Amino acid sequence: MHVPDGFIDAPVSVATGAIAAAAVAVSLRGARREFAGSGDAAGFGGERTAPLAGLVAAFIFAVQMLNFPVAAGTSGHLLGGALAAILVGPYTGVLAVSVVLLMQGVLFADGGLTALGVNITDMALVTTLVAYGLFRALLAVLPSGRRGVGIASFVAALVSVPASAIAFTAIYAIGGTTDVATGKVFTAMVGVHLLIGIGEAVITALTVGAVLAVRPDLVYGARGQVKRLELRTVEVATPGGPGAAKPAARDLPGDAPEAEAPPVAEGDRVPVGAGAPRAKGNRKVWLAGLAAALVCAGGLSYYASADPDGLEKVAHDKGIDQKTEEHAAKDSPLADYGVKDITNARLSGGLAGVIGVGATLAVGSGVFVLVRRRKTAAGPAAVPARETEAV
Amino acid sequence: MGAAGGTGHASGGGAVHRLYRAGGSAVHALPPQCKIAAVFGFVLAVVATPREAVWAFGLYALLLAAVAAAARIPALFLLRRLLIEIPFVAFALLMPFVAEGERVRVLGLSLSESGLWGAWNILAKGTLGVAASVLLAASTELRALLLGLQRLRMPSLLVQIASFMIRYGDVIGDEMRRMRIARESRGFTARGVRHWGVLAKSAGALFIRSYERGERVHLAMLSRGYTGTMPVIDDVTATRAQWAYAAALPLTALAVCLTGWTL
Amino acid sequence: MPTAPDPTAPSLQVSGLAYAYPDGHQALFGVDLTIARGERVALLGPNGAGKTTLVLHLNGILGGGAGTVEVAGLPVGKRHLAEIRRRVGIVFQDPDDQLFMPTVREDVAFGPATAGLRGAELEARVTRALERVGMAEFADRPPHHLSFGQRRRVAVATVLAMEPEILVLDEPSSNLDPASRRELADILRSLDVTVLMVTHDLPYALELCPRSVVLSGGVITADGTTRELLCDERLMREHRLELPYGFDPRSVPAPVAGG
Repeated sequence: MHVPDGFIDAPVSVATGAIAAAAVAVSLRGARREFAGSGDAAGFGGERTAPLAGLVAAFIFAVQMLNFPVAAGTSGHLLGGALAAILVGPYTGVLAVSVVLLMQGVLFADGGLTALGVNITDMALVTTLVAYGLFRALLAVLPSGRRGVGIASFVAALVSVPASAIAFTAIYAIGGTTDVATGKVFTAMVGVHLLIGIGEAVITALTVGAVLAVRPDLVYGARGQVKRLELRTVEVATPGGPGAAKPAARDLPGDAPEAEAPPVAEGDRVPVGAGAPRAKGNRKVWLAGLAAALVCAGGLSYYASADPDGLEKVAHDKGIDQKTEEHAAKDSPLADYGVKDITNARLSGGLAGVIGVGATLAVGSGVFVLVRRRKTAAGPAAVPARETEAV
Repeated sequence: MGAAGGTGHASGGGAVHRLYRAGGSAVHALPPQCKIAAVFGFVLAVVATPREAVWAFGLYALLLAAVAAAARIPALFLLRRLLIEIPFVAFALLMPFVAEGERVRVLGLSLSESGLWGAWNILAKGTLGVAASVLLAASTELRALLLGLQRLRMPSLLVQIASFMIRYGDVIGDEMRRMRIARESRGFTARGVRHWGVLAKSAGALFIRSYERGERVHLAMLSRGYTGTMPVIDDVTATRAQWAYAAALPLTALAVCLTGWTL
Repeated sequence: MPTAPDPTAPSLQVSGLAYAYPDGHQALFGVDLTIARGERVALLGPNGAGKTTLVLHLNGILGGGAGTVEVAGLPVGKRHLAEIRRRVGIVFQDPDDQLFMPTVREDVAFGPATAGLRGAELEARVTRALERVGMAEFADRPPHHLSFGQRRRVAVATVLAMEPEILVLDEPSSNLDPASRRELADILRSLDVTVLMVTHDLPYALELCPRSVVLSGGVITADGTTRELLCDERLMREHRLELPYGFDPRSVPAPVAGG
């Protein structure tokens, strides 16, 4: 979203700044607890926060540069709020995304300095909290295991993006500097962001799944869940080998080959998750999500003509930019950043936005079918194979 | 994993902070905390200015031009950096068509009058905001910006997190690039949604590597006596005169802003 | 109040050290190792032998198993942790992990500054450490602007700045080109500190360390002069240690003891 200066009036900018500052302050305390609680290496408490949260922020920054091609030369990328919340917990998630936004504002003039409060509130705070809350709530009702975690991640990410748009609309309604009707802003923003949410949801669910397959202990939001799964599997897969499954503390510096062992060892684990009995309700959740997206998309086509602004913004935010060449991160991600936005800027005209969003819709719904089919058809064997490719 | 590390650094080097332009001007020499505070005050004054005071924005632009001249930052450099806000220019241009209120007819188009004002408002304030930020980033080193934020009482833990993000942004970006090269070397190029699974696996692997690196960095820090607080190695102090010099920008802007309200 | 190192005690004394990870996997099964002041010792062993686990015990990052570790007479434990970490300088394998500060100078200053050094004294310590590795003119560069070999040397300087009793190097020659490798060897030879070098690089061990020990299966299985160890083919095979093709340890001059 990266709201610039002048979009929201001064009083509301200051107020959201205060909200953001309070949220960051609370998160600083909370993040210490999250890392202290993760105690693989028991005894290191909150002092792990700085390096780990810093590396997570660097990861979020980098992964926003990873282009996910959609179709016909368009591509999207991850926003990362939901992913961060699920992987490292809500407090660290808020911190990491806030730091990314802060650095983008101060170093790259992306997002106004006075709008920093607005940007942190809707993108770091609302996205992360909504995603995490929903994720935990869904885990409580869904069947445990990887499938449950996958669905929960999907829905959490799907909802978190439009939630952030709603937050923005609320801020806009209070302190917007132009009198575009709130209803129009709401419908356009939420509609479009629900579409973006589909992309975000698919990528987030797949990424969480990838981490879960290799280092289940690193998925903060699913800790209780996966531990049960891990124990069962270890007993089955490696009856005589005590060294087969290694927890985090083993992967210390130095022995790189050791550190790379777990992916292989834990590849065995995949069939258990994949072979778990499929809950009947899952299909309903998927279908409901798809239906909701389609309804919004239908509404969108009407508002697209009335409110191209939403599309315009969206085209920028989501990086739905038409690019003919491969997005090659030639220099550092930070350096690349400036270039990326200029490219976005030039190419994200209204038309590109409309095409991009249309394509996202078509492909987004296609992905549901595809992912489902792949999971059943290709089955567990494909997962370790692709893992090696990715690494 | 580490084997490729030896070759990765060459390309990333120096590019981290492209906005920065080294120089020996008085603006460069100002302590970072003064500059950050000044820019922030300036932007706040700009945002608080009534949009009807068109002349005020002209004065703001002149103020920034004066700063740019003092910092010896070429106009072209500044203008190129302003491109970052083009999406919002497009957005602003749409305002007159969608906003409420009385319509006026311009060149046969029915436009909203308040929408026109809104467009002008966003355009003027957004541009000035970006220009001020670009001037700050162009005249202040990355490291100094972080030190300045620390001096301005940003929590030390947050400064640490930001420092680590900056330090390892390149390292992780290099890892991401190596993964892409590894994928492509084996004949894989992501072309559509059906390849998202593979890309997501890369993203997952990148997360694991980042997190594990965080753990190793933490060990390395512990090994050198880290107990949770960063020792203050470099400190930047500002004299009264430097603060006064830096304050010229926001105070002038404030005067303009107040005049804008009273007129 | 840093306690002065006992000049008569060995730099490092490990006795009966055993350790199991929280998941029950036992990595060390009673390690005994004594390193006298000023010695340079190579720690050899196959992957998974427990080398990294042992190293992390030396400055108290891991602990809680059986046995003791003493550094210059001071037992490693919660009570003296700060002093122990000053005395034991670990150079990790990936210099990017070690160099976490924005500039080389700040990174080298990190250790002594954490220990409370400030001002001119800190500055002098940093300059001296960088001079010892020949990197003084790179002080204000960000670490990622350096070549890999340079980063490794700065990593050594970050630890030297703490004036350690013993320098522990994890795979110091990995990823280095031959010139950087030789430069690092020259630097290490010029230092007058005790060195424990964990490595798979057997020629490098022979070049730098008069004495070697083999850690295998969580215990020290061999301890002797590096040349004798490398010439014992049966021992080498047993512990998955292999010399590079065409390398004959008898054909090169033995390293000179002491600094």
